[in-house]
Amino acid sequence: MKAAPLLSVENLTVRFPGATNWYGRVTSQVHAVNNVDLCVLPGESLGIVGESGCGKSTLVQAVIGLVGLTSGRVLVDGHDFAGANGTLKRDLRQKMQIVFQDPQSSLDPRLPVWRLITEPLHIRGGMPTAALRARAEELAISVGLRSDQLDRLPHEFSGGQRQRIAIARALSTDPELLILDEPTSALDVSVQAQIINLLLKLQRELGLSYLFISHDVSLVRHFCDRVAVMYLGQIVETGTAEAVFDDPAHPYTRTLLASVPSLKNSLLDVDASLTGELPNNRRLPAGCYYRERCGSAVPGCELPQALLTVRKAGAEKASPHQARCHLHIPA
Amino acid sequence: MTAHSVQRPHALSIENLSLEFPTYAGAIKALDGVTIKVGNAEIVGLVGESGCGKSVSTMAATRLLPEGRYKITQGSIRLFGRDPMAMDEEELQQVRGKLVSTIFQEPMNALNPTIRIGQQLVSVIRRHEALGRKAAEAVAVNILADMLIPEPARIMQAYPFELSGGMRQRVLIAMAFSCNPGLIIADEPTTALDVTVQAAILRLIQGRARRTGTSVVFISHNIAVVSQICDRLYIMYAGRIVESGPTRAVLDRPQHPYTRALLRCLPERVRPKEPLESIPGTVPNLLDPPPGCFYRPRCPEADTRCMEKPHETALPGGQAVSCWQRAGHPSLPSSEVPS
Ligand SMILES: Nc1ncnc2c1ncn2[C@@H]1O[C@H](COP(=O)(O)OP(=O)(O)OP(=O)(O)O)[C@@H](O)[C@H]1O
Ligand SMILES: Nc1ncnc2c1ncn2[C@@H]1O[C@H](COP(=O)(O)OP(=O)(O)O)[C@@H](O)[C@H]1O
Ligand code: SF4
Ligand code: SF4
Ligand SMILES: [Mg+2]
Ligand SMILES: [Mg+2]
Repeated sequence: MKAAPLLSVENLTVRFPGATNWYGRVTSQVHAVNNVDLCVLPGESLGIVGESGCGKSTLVQAVIGLVGLTSGRVLVDGHDFAGANGTLKRDLRQKMQIVFQDPQSSLDPRLPVWRLITEPLHIRGGMPTAALRARAEELAISVGLRSDQLDRLPHEFSGGQRQRIAIARALSTDPELLILDEPTSALDVSVQAQIINLLLKLQRELGLSYLFISHDVSLVRHFCDRVAVMYLGQIVETGTAEAVFDDPAHPYTRTLLASVPSLKNSLLDVDASLTGELPNNRRLPAGCYYRERCGSAVPGCELPQALLTVRKAGAEKASPHQARCHLHIPA
Repeated sequence: MTAHSVQRPHALSIENLSLEFPTYAGAIKALDGVTIKVGNAEIVGLVGESGCGKSVSTMAATRLLPEGRYKITQGSIRLFGRDPMAMDEEELQQVRGKLVSTIFQEPMNALNPTIRIGQQLVSVIRRHEALGRKAAEAVAVNILADMLIPEPARIMQAYPFELSGGMRQRVLIAMAFSCNPGLIIADEPTTALDVTVQAAILRLIQGRARRTGTSVVFISHNIAVVSQICDRLYIMYAGRIVESGPTRAVLDRPQHPYTRALLRCLPERVRPKEPLESIPGTVPNLLDPPPGCFYRPRCPEADTRCMEKPHETALPGGQAVSCWQRAGHPSLPSSEVPS
């Protein structure tokens, strides 16, 4: 039996006003997220990869309510999150916490570590200072900090330690889902390894789910059970990490994977002309969003593309491998 | 080296350079005996974790460090045979524009936000070449096209904020190449960019450098990125070069324990969900580095000899390593790291 998703996103669209005319009326829109469906099951990690500006951060910010939804739904534990109010809203919100890329700017420089870690609990209220401090110590130790560091200020810590503080803080409300938006991109590889190991350990111990955004494809492959590849606000391919990375079906995913610098090959065998940039998202293309960069385009690509199941076998039933490209209609 | 290299000086030669930043808390020993040689038309990578001295090495060479705030305590620098420390401001401007160009990580800071791209390119070109406005514009459009920038004529009219980060970085690379410098210093030029754009930019830098015989110092904290385009690598740790050699040799037969650890931290060589190898501890405080080998507090192979600073051992095949464990073994076989 398939577990009920902790998070499901249904047909989510986010638009921002792009430009306004003299009268303040919106004349163009930024199509940041376009009809995204995804779900995260308890205890699993879903990775989102895609190039800068493709809508990854907007997507997760819409999920936790930092950005308004234009249409679609976000369900947390089966409850409509955007529509929820009062204590339900608060309870649902606390099931999800977000950790940002830059540990420098996401922590108030004037607060000591223990206050930073327990700030979400403090905001929630109802906990005396002594209890907050005790909880801070527990959390600090669980992320590999020492209790004698609790009174220090964030600037006394290295980038990796600051990210540990940010993770401890995110864990303070006992969330079930951590949204990790490029959590290690600002860190050195040896420190990245420590943080990734910490996140994997926390997941084993606490059964956490992760929604993990990264542009580092090899890291996503290492860390995630399933992945969604985004392009121009759309999911263009999804499936188990293994299926998508070992046997990419969408031409964009293939280009993306071919661009990943690897220690194995020292020559880039990517056609540089394919490694262009995202088209303007003010006016979405009529057909396949990837068409102007796609080396495999054929007649039929000028039509809108749906996510099609690439193959559906045994263990993959729960998470079919799908690609948004008509060249992958199963025979 | 050979007589040949005596006639044609290295594009960049940093010899046993030690450099400190005096601060109220003491001297930050940013570089300690760094030697880096960049031959003509050679693409050399400088790799190491943040703060290890990659930028300081090259900024010292181009005199971009804040004047009066640092002290060179030993060693020398030559840019095409000339000593940048002995140059006056006018010479420096000449050298920076004509001989050496630097590409930095954050493309926004390097462009004037209020001036159109085309105008900025044209003024850089005209500063170094006696061209009329029209001719310089034609050169600019060509260089933009060379950088695979679509619709270069339109981009000439754009302001920096209208371009994506990847596009701005291409403009800066175009600008760096625009006066045909002999040496390009690319300091983490792709760190802020997507892999697809990064792949394109690495190709552009490599292709253009090879075509024009430009030397490149490519700085990155990402060993996989530098390995894509560099002929040789220098691995830095805490202000020292710990290993150097031809790219393939360093990747396939890393000799220094730090280089090995750096390679094993990467998820590429580990089974999914398995813990990644991480390096215990942290980099030393450059105000008060430990005696002997700076890697000793974190090194699994350390022994009593390591209380003294290891000297560099040259290995066959052009590799060199500063580690006591390798001092007596000039031809250590391939490491446990599979290639
Ligand atoms: N507040 C906003 N107003 C207008 N446009 C926005 C806003 N926030 C994001 N966008 C646009 O929405 C699109 C998606 O942006 P988003 O930040 O989600 O991308 P991303 O995939 O997270 O990129 P990165 O990898 O660079 O973090 C981009 O075109 C961006 O410029
Ligand atoms: N202007 C400066 N004043 C004091 N210390 C500096 C200055 N510039 C760099 N440093 C120090 O020198 C060391 C090397 O820095 P840098 O070369 O920028 O490292 P990276 O390898 O990340 O490029 C670091 O410890 C850094 O803090
Ligand atoms: S639908 Fe056509 S243009 Fe789009 S990815 Fe597939 S082949 Fe390429
Ligand atoms: S010299 Fe000693 S401490 Fe330094 S890297 Fe070699 S074995 Fe390790
Ligand atoms: Mg983002
Ligand atoms: Mg630097």
